[in-house]
Amino acid sequence: MRTIVSYADPSPSLLRYRFERLWLKPSVRQLMRLWLPLGVVGLSIWMAFNNAAVRQTVQVKGAQMYEALAARPELQVTHVVFSDVSDDLQQQILTVTGVELPVSSLELDVGALKQAVETLDAVKTAQVRVLGGGTLEILTVERDPVVVWRDGDTLRLVDSEGHRVADIARRSARGDLPLIVGLGAGLNVSEAMNLVRVADPISDRVRGLVRVGERRWDLVLDRGQTIMLPEHGAVSAMRRVIALHQAEDLLNRDVVTVDMRNGERPVLRLTDEAITELRRLRTQVRGEDA
Amino acid sequence: MTPSLFEMQREMRTRREAAVRRGVVAILDIGTSKVACLVLQFAPNVNAEPSISDAVTVPTMGAFRVVGVGTTRSRGVRFGEIAVMDETEKAIRTAVQRAQKMAGVRVDDVIVSFSGGRPRSYGLSGEINVENGEVSERDIGHAMAACDVPPYGESRQPISAMPVSFTLDHQPGLADPRGQIGNKLAVDMHMLTVNDTVVQNLLHCVKRCDLELAGLSVSSFASGLSSLVENEQELGAACIDMGAGSTGISVFIKKQLIYADAVRLGGDHITNDIRQGLQVDGTVAERIKTLHGGVVATGMDDREMIEVPNPMAQWENDRRHVSRSELIGVMRPRVEEILEEVRERLDASGFEYLPSQQIVLTGGSSQIQGIDELATRILGRRCRIGKPIRVMGLPQAATGPGFAAAVGLALHASHPQDECWDFEMPADRIGKRKVRRAMRWFRNNW
Repeated sequence: MRTIVSYADPSPSLLRYRFERLWLKPSVRQLMRLWLPLGVVGLSIWMAFNNAAVRQTVQVKGAQMYEALAARPELQVTHVVFSDVSDDLQQQILTVTGVELPVSSLELDVGALKQAVETLDAVKTAQVRVLGGGTLEILTVERDPVVVWRDGDTLRLVDSEGHRVADIARRSARGDLPLIVGLGAGLNVSEAMNLVRVADPISDRVRGLVRVGERRWDLVLDRGQTIMLPEHGAVSAMRRVIALHQAEDLLNRDVVTVDMRNGERPVLRLTDEAITELRRLRTQVRGEDA
Repeated sequence: MTPSLFEMQREMRTRREAAVRRGVVAILDIGTSKVACLVLQFAPNVNAEPSISDAVTVPTMGAFRVVGVGTTRSRGVRFGEIAVMDETEKAIRTAVQRAQKMAGVRVDDVIVSFSGGRPRSYGLSGEINVENGEVSERDIGHAMAACDVPPYGESRQPISAMPVSFTLDHQPGLADPRGQIGNKLAVDMHMLTVNDTVVQNLLHCVKRCDLELAGLSVSSFASGLSSLVENEQELGAACIDMGAGSTGISVFIKKQLIYADAVRLGGDHITNDIRQGLQVDGTVAERIKTLHGGVVATGMDDREMIEVPNPMAQWENDRRHVSRSELIGVMRPRVEEILEEVRERLDASGFEYLPSQQIVLTGGSSQIQGIDELATRILGRRCRIGKPIRVMGLPQAATGPGFAAAVGLALHASHPQDECWDFEMPADRIGKRKVRRAMRWFRNNW
């Protein structure tokens, strides 16, 4: 028997042919495969969000989900661990950070906490992190007071950078620290510290340092003695004075002021009795000669 | 008015070079039995081997790879010419689409070969006096322009005109006389003309498939490029491309085509003979031809019975059988006729004066058993069956003799021989034409 088989035309139609050739263009393919789906997804999201009700629902749902997540016990912070600081400072830190335990670690802004802790004068640097097991760790490096600065009526402790650490009520509370006085004294603490260090041989006599005219230092000793130091090269001038003292026993004599402001011409001011005595002696010497 | 084929060649050449630089060119062989499309991927010049000296640049553009092959049965083509344009267009689309799909790249530029159009060869010669003692490109252009063109007929167009050899004074056989010193420069050219309308139809058909033409050549030339080995091309050989609708002949010497012709007989005629002789369908006849066909009968063939399906058979036992020698008896006269036609053309071409006279049979019909023996007897020279040279990436199915033209075109695309198009047309001719065109424009507008 004869079977009649009809074969489909294998040739592509012109439209199909053109389409396939278009499809083989890399740019077209990329457009269809990447940019078109992206565009459709983006457009549909945008259109959905154009509806206020949808936006509201999404916001509410999102907030609910966030709350449910934040309330999970795994994320709760239950206690705070401090580095080795005083109870007073701990209390200050807790006050300034305003953390109310327990709190979810999602709501803790560790960076902001760190900044808040560092606003405390007594804290130099701070490190705040949330550890596992609901621990908030606050590690601090305290400022180390090096001098007492009498600024007007207040007595404050200042660290080596001139930063305020705390106020104190009486000088005797920190008798171990040298005293600096005067306007702008707190801004030159490092120089003052150098001077104090150089003046170590006479440390038992040093009463304090006075900043004069926001410019230079006077070193005040007991018995009303003053060493006036220049604006520049105060430390070397101080060294000269100490050397003089060690060689000539200068400061134990009847001197009121050692004026080192002009390095080429140091001036000594004597007490009135000493001047009288000096004149008397000179007259005596001259009389003998005459 | 469409530009003449000759003028289009230069445009096609630039387009092909651009396509090769871009990396993808398609080959389209429009035959009577099949349309084949190869997509060639040209390697970029990155892996260029360092040249021996800086003066010698190693051409790296020859490195190509076939990345896509599409073959389909040809439709609407008779004798290598388009008979039904819509059908041919569909066939081209099918082939191109398959090749593109396999390659995964879109092709825009195609190099087309066709077997019809009654190619006819002319040998031209021209002679000039060299201007400055040293032959320059200008002189070559002048010499080529000095060739007297024979009247090839109104309806025909030259498809290629290539210088075959130059003679400088009394030194013949120069391939490239540039820079040599002499007085008289003579050039021998080979010009190939084809039927204009056939080619224009073909080009139109390709254009309708959204493809741009990057080259055009006759398939017999392309088959010769791929089937003849280098030695044969150098010393002289003929390539007989036995297609389905026409049998192309191309003669090469010194790697130049010197003669091309086509006999409008081919494998389809053999199939038709079987159809008439055995009273079977066309497809069945084709099947019998390819499975059992032959041209040299032996005693064994009398006993080998071939079952012929009978479309009118009513019962299971109503079967016909023919012996193979009967089939050979049907096929042989036609093959002999084809080969005798070929011999006639070869005799007319002056093939017998070539130093070597190798004949290579290729094309789909050259796969008939025993055809080399028959061809040797009829053509009087030793013949061999030639398969196209192997190229990178070509699938096994496309390596047969039937793909000789397609592979040859690929080789032609990678190693083009048409540098002569670079030679400028002499300025006096261009000037004359320009003045004439200006005059015409003036007359038409005022």
